[in-house]
Amino acid sequence: MFGKLTLDAFPQNPIVMSALIFMIVIGVAIAGALFYFKRWRWFWDEWLTSLDAKRIGVMYIAVGFVMLLRGAIDAAMMRGQQAISVGDSYGYLTPDHFDQVFTAHGVIMIFFVAMPLMFGLFNLVVPLQIGARDVAFPFLNSVSFWLFAAGAILINISLVYGEFAKIGWLGYPPLSELQYSPGVGVDYYIWLLQIAGLGSLFGAINFFVTIIKMRAPGMTLMRMPMFEWTTLASVVLMIVIFPILTATLAMLSLDRLLGMHFFTSDSGGNAMMYVNLIWAWGHPEVYVLILPAFGAFSEIVPTFARKPLFGYASMVAASIVICFFSFIVWLHHFFTMGAGANVNAFFGIATMVIAIPTGVKVFNWLATMYRGRITFTSPMYWFLGFVATFTLGGMTGVMLAVPGIDFQVHNSLFLVAHFHNMVIGGVVFGYLAALSFWFPKIFGFRLNEKWGIRAFWCWIVGFFVAFMPLYVLGFMGATRRLDHYDASTGWQPLFIVAGIGVAIIALGIVCQAIQLIVSIKERKQNADTTGDAWNDGRTLEWSTSSPAPFYNYAVIPTVHGRDAFWAMKQSGNIGQARLAQEYTDIELPRNTPMGVYIGAFALVFGFSLVWHIWWLALIGALGIVACIIARSFDEHTEYILPAAEVARMEAARGAQTI
Amino acid sequence: MTQDLSENKTVFGFWIYILSDCFLFATLFATYAVLHGSTFGGPGADTLFSLPFVLAETLILLTSSFTAGLAMLAGHQGKRIHVLVWIGITLLLGLTFVGLELREFAAFIAEGNSWTRSGFLSGFFTLVGTHGAHVAAGSLWMIVLMVQITKKGLTDTLMNRLMRWNLFWHFLDVVWIFIFTFVYLLGIAL
Amino acid sequence: MKNKLTFIFVIAIIIALWAVLFILSQGVDVSVLNPKGWVALQEKNLIITAVLLMSIVVVPVYILTFLIAWKYRASNASAVYDPDHDHDLRVEIFWWAVPITIILILGTITWKTTHELDPFRHLDSNARPLTVYVVALNWKWLFIYPEQGIATVNFVEFPENRPIDFWITADTPMNSFWIPSLGSQIYAMAGMTTQLHLIADQVGTFNGLSANFSGEGFSGMKFVAQSVSQSDFDQWVHSVQELPTILDADEYVRLAAPSSNVPTMYFGSADMGLYNTVVLKYMTPNVSIPAMDHDAH
Repeated sequence: MFGKLTLDAFPQNPIVMSALIFMIVIGVAIAGALFYFKRWRWFWDEWLTSLDAKRIGVMYIAVGFVMLLRGAIDAAMMRGQQAISVGDSYGYLTPDHFDQVFTAHGVIMIFFVAMPLMFGLFNLVVPLQIGARDVAFPFLNSVSFWLFAAGAILINISLVYGEFAKIGWLGYPPLSELQYSPGVGVDYYIWLLQIAGLGSLFGAINFFVTIIKMRAPGMTLMRMPMFEWTTLASVVLMIVIFPILTATLAMLSLDRLLGMHFFTSDSGGNAMMYVNLIWAWGHPEVYVLILPAFGAFSEIVPTFARKPLFGYASMVAASIVICFFSFIVWLHHFFTMGAGANVNAFFGIATMVIAIPTGVKVFNWLATMYRGRITFTSPMYWFLGFVATFTLGGMTGVMLAVPGIDFQVHNSLFLVAHFHNMVIGGVVFGYLAALSFWFPKIFGFRLNEKWGIRAFWCWIVGFFVAFMPLYVLGFMGATRRLDHYDASTGWQPLFIVAGIGVAIIALGIVCQAIQLIVSIKERKQNADTTGDAWNDGRTLEWSTSSPAPFYNYAVIPTVHGRDAFWAMKQSGNIGQARLAQEYTDIELPRNTPMGVYIGAFALVFGFSLVWHIWWLALIGALGIVACIIARSFDEHTEYILPAAEVARMEAARGAQTI
Repeated sequence: MTQDLSENKTVFGFWIYILSDCFLFATLFATYAVLHGSTFGGPGADTLFSLPFVLAETLILLTSSFTAGLAMLAGHQGKRIHVLVWIGITLLLGLTFVGLELREFAAFIAEGNSWTRSGFLSGFFTLVGTHGAHVAAGSLWMIVLMVQITKKGLTDTLMNRLMRWNLFWHFLDVVWIFIFTFVYLLGIAL
Repeated sequence: MKNKLTFIFVIAIIIALWAVLFILSQGVDVSVLNPKGWVALQEKNLIITAVLLMSIVVVPVYILTFLIAWKYRASNASAVYDPDHDHDLRVEIFWWAVPITIILILGTITWKTTHELDPFRHLDSNARPLTVYVVALNWKWLFIYPEQGIATVNFVEFPENRPIDFWITADTPMNSFWIPSLGSQIYAMAGMTTQLHLIADQVGTFNGLSANFSGEGFSGMKFVAQSVSQSDFDQWVHSVQELPTILDADEYVRLAAPSSNVPTMYFGSADMGLYNTVVLKYMTPNVSIPAMDHDAH
């Protein structure tokens, strides 16, 4: 009746128990607060069921930060273990537990931190920046979010019920096959990635159509802000690669559930094929994440240097080249598999080629600063920190692209240091810069700068202290994923230094939490009264008031060139849109709980497949289908905001701002 | 005006979805190609398949694509009953196709050649089965469409859906042509 | 003023960090940069070449970033402000060209060295190579010497200045066979054989390990690689051959059962068909380790 479900599956481990208690306390506290302040109804109507891209974006980011905490705790646990588990001491984590921790760390940081922060940014920025009122498919947007949320809930369930996978974040078979991993961990891994991955694919399609079809009149492709270009490149990649992920994980699950032989060692299975397929997804995936960060910096630097982006056409070309080349480099993740020298050399050189457009981007940002008037706000600090770390990471990346060097440092801590160099220095710094940059547009006030800059210093110093030792350890022959090593290796002092680095990064996260609290307290002082929060905004989003109204623009702006808002300010046309009396009726999507229901059924579906509760899985699947069909019968998916109402609201906003 | 734009958007978006589905099938085709020779002592493509049977399946699906087109055509002419009849015929053909495919699968399994037999058979069942699942989903879509057209008539929204379903159905036909050629024809020939 | 202090602070942190790392690395063998064989030496040189080549771009980028940021700060009213400067074809061509040139050079080097350092390529040497079969087990390394008829676990000995041809497979999830002091690693995979050609140019004891996570006992999957003189090697082989221990199918099955941190083992004689059987049992039906059938009956 209940498949493999038993009460024993609750791990009797003090660390896990405290995590469970912590999660329950937080959950009860939030639910209690919502009931106590009678905000439950509001929370449901205004947030959970909302189809407003900005609200969905905020929910993505909120979940992303909560998961960042979990991923960071995982990181701290690993560093703690490796700092003390040497010689006769075996640390405080069993290998079984340690292996779950590093797998969870990777999965969480990529899928449940980087991805939601990215989709959050897309939701917040893309429609505003192209002068649209919403994304192309608001309901699909809500479904994407709730599928992602179902995946996030599933990975947290795996923490306290059953186990998580012990296979590394990409789950190479045959280790991930039933023969070597009979537990439910791999099944959790498969199903939560399937559900969240589907959400990402839908999100990508949505933003692709949004950017292609919904730009304001006059905004040709070559007039788009650079963030739109990089977003476009990123979603194109996702549209191509996420089906590969879906198919690959589906095949792995067929091996495990039905006894197929795709990736098994015997009966004609081919594990190397999985490695190829998963990297055909996995390599472009890193570019999916980094491209929007490039885009964000391409908005931030011109704004604070008060100059247009240098070499716009070059930047577009560079993004497209990066996008294209990211498809033909996946093999560099396994030069050591024994493909021939010609194959290895081809993929090695293709990989290096990516360094060219990336280098050009850096030069163009520098040229943008050249002869500018630079104000050093926290987004600019993140940018400078990004150049300092990312350049180094790029260098070690090209080293790894040389097969001869890779043979010596592959899978060592050198590799770990390299990709954290790219992901923290590039993706994290980029997204944090972007969030503090666009925060006032969504919430109507700027974040506290003092605490933001403190957070920056902790992050960057912590990053170097945590990861430079790993480069050195890699050269010493230390591999990744070790839960224990010999005292004779002499590695311990460096591991301790790396552990200190993680503590400094943690301090940075604390600073950010304080920053948020302080900023909310000081929201009156830091309020953005003009809509142009940084005074030097260049693109359309700064032309509407802050926080942006739920309809984004009362009158859809017309664009005559790049940096549309800057041009408006130069020609004195600012505010024209807001003074116009020609308001028209606005058609807006009606909120719907269907997205929440679909996510809930997906969660039930995933959970019951993990535990082999077939009837419940059937209910989950039928539930999803029923929701979709029910939605297709609903004809009242939109409502009209009358022109008079728009005029009244705009007048009220005007009164507020002047 | 806005209606027009949004309908245009949905069809465009649906094209993009189909594109992404192409990559899903491409992955399965690639896997099948890699595993083609991995029979591990079991039967290979040359001994397993029966051409007349598959030819029948192919003709049925091709015909259904044609009748789907006729449904669309009737839709443009605003002939509701014709639309319903053509969708109904397409549905019957689609279900027949799925039924035949299940019969083929059942026959293989009865001979002891199920998906657990070898990597090759895993690849075969998954590729062909995924296509079959798509056809089944398309059939469900037809039922929903028929109910909605009966209840609401040929509204703009439903015409738009009719068009997207048509795209989907033709896409499945194209995928099947590839399966027919690469899995069955070449499998038997080589 | 404050900016200047910040700058000094950053430089101080970087210097301090590297000083700490340098001090902590004293007395520790930085194997990759301290090669003990031809392959590892080539790879070390490659690392240095790559770093130097890329420094042509990286160093100017670092300097320019901070110079430009410093010079064009808003408070510096004396600097030129050119709010419309947004393209300059000549400089753009220049900085597309510079990285392209560097990658062309590095690409050429890569093409050449990838062929030279291909793990499957036999090394150039006058000495006759020593063949060693390697089987990755859960979680230990089995070495079989086909010419000497002996086998060892978690220990491999070979003569200096003589190429070693490793034939590598696995009876486990994927592992990676790596001796950092000698260079190059390669995956060990079930149902297939990979090759690795190494040479030690001096006598010494080196660490060997698996570089690819393979499950719970992975951290304890280490071995010792020992390079000795030819005569010492002959003597060692002889002494092992004297041992009564035998690696046959039964013993193999016992050995293959999961265990980690396994102490060194020596087998005076070993079943020479074993390696092929381990590879083939995954590739074709009807091949299995005979002892497994005994267990089954």
